[in-house]
Amino acid sequence: MLLIPCPFCGPRDETEFRYGGQAGIAYPDGETTDGEWAAYVFMRDNPKGWFHERWFHAHGCRTWFTVERHTVTQEIR
Amino acid sequence: MTRPSTHPDFLWRDPDPRPSYDVVIVGGGGHGLATAYYLARNHGLTNVAVLEKGWLAGGNMARNTTIIRSNYLWDESAAIYEHSLKLWEGLSEELDYDLQFSQRGVLNLAHSLSDVREGRRRVEANRLNGVDAEWLDAAEVKKFCPIIDVSDRPRHPVMGATLQRRGGIAKHDHVAWALARQADAYGIDLIQGCEVTGFEITGGRVAAVRTSRGRIAAGKVALAAAGHTSVLAELAGFRLPLQSHPLQALVSELLEPVLDCVVMSNAVHVYVSQAHKGELVMGAGIDAYNSYGQRGGVHVIEAQMAAALELFPIFSRVRVLRTWAGIVDVSPDASPIIGRTPVENLFVNAGWGTGGFKATPGSGWVYADTIAHGRPHPLAEPFALERFTTGALIDEHGAAAVAH
Repeated sequence: MLLIPCPFCGPRDETEFRYGGQAGIAYPDGETTDGEWAAYVFMRDNPKGWFHERWFHAHGCRTWFTVERHTVTQEIR
Repeated sequence: MTRPSTHPDFLWRDPDPRPSYDVVIVGGGGHGLATAYYLARNHGLTNVAVLEKGWLAGGNMARNTTIIRSNYLWDESAAIYEHSLKLWEGLSEELDYDLQFSQRGVLNLAHSLSDVREGRRRVEANRLNGVDAEWLDAAEVKKFCPIIDVSDRPRHPVMGATLQRRGGIAKHDHVAWALARQADAYGIDLIQGCEVTGFEITGGRVAAVRTSRGRIAAGKVALAAAGHTSVLAELAGFRLPLQSHPLQALVSELLEPVLDCVVMSNAVHVYVSQAHKGELVMGAGIDAYNSYGQRGGVHVIEAQMAAALELFPIFSRVRVLRTWAGIVDVSPDASPIIGRTPVENLFVNAGWGTGGFKATPGSGWVYADTIAHGRPHPLAEPFALERFTTGALIDEHGAAAVAH
């Protein structure tokens, strides 16, 4: 069970949250090629190490926020 | 050190890597070993190495719940998984090894009206594709598997199930050992403790792999690294639409025979069978977050146990012996990615997510053919990486979902 620091509520159990995947995925500007659109829709980083990701405090304040978590040690910084 | 005379012969050599191979397979799990075996058996390619960073079949091949079935919804999936199931049906004999392949029947339970509709649709789709499938109502489920509670007491009552009688389980370790022994007998080098740390790519074509045991030149390189495929792809300079998650499973203490079929439920996220030795083998859903740490949250196990006890009240006093996790590579459409990559002569076979074990022989068969000929095997063609650009996805969330 991860202990996730909600910026509003403080550290809470993982079961209060929903996972949002990689952070910082921007909607592409203007016209896109099929490849650019596929990259936006489907391609996500999948690093073994530090990862910026979104969490949603679904059973709390309902804030979306970003944390940096290590995908092996699960450390959050 | 001499080994005791009572020690059985080793099933494969433990060779050092040679400087060069025609084909280097990265990953010594089930799919990598099956690919090596079929490269030799079907295509006469034996100047082949399988590189494994740990020990053979110590990753997901040692961690899965060994369920085998082919009752997938779409034509493309039914074709490749049924091809695999047909290979399973002859594999013990072919490899001259008892794989404890047991076609005891696989139930996929329906707990809601939409589950019922989806299940019945899948039964008809399976039949049209020549895959054996039956629809059972709740009373028939009870007859087929008497220990399931089909009353209206559970929070998610059993409203019916699909049944694939040819589905079942096999002994995963035996599968790996049998494939490894045969690949080794063909002269293929199975190299353990050899981690790939980079690729040499010249003119868009792979020329060699760098490893913890030195440089190895390769005519072709084939990735078969499951949850770690993204890490390798990054080293080779391209991206894949994969996310790595822990998938947990557990076994109970040993019990007398009590469950003679496989029971799966997508809705409540549990799947159960009883291994030959007697332990109940149960799988959970994936942990939500990306992870390469081979462990997951206890709350996922708790939820899975709660679901199991709703279905099987008889298990209420069974003790859990141990739990573990494997790292599964999940694709956006719950279907694998097989074929070429942006790097010439570098091939990928990944994205089997939560259900790769059943595909072991079929995956190895089509991947070996793809590697040998440098073009996708017809059964692999729909599963090419390009489908995420063309939009021709093979959405198996219904048939695969979590309980894969």
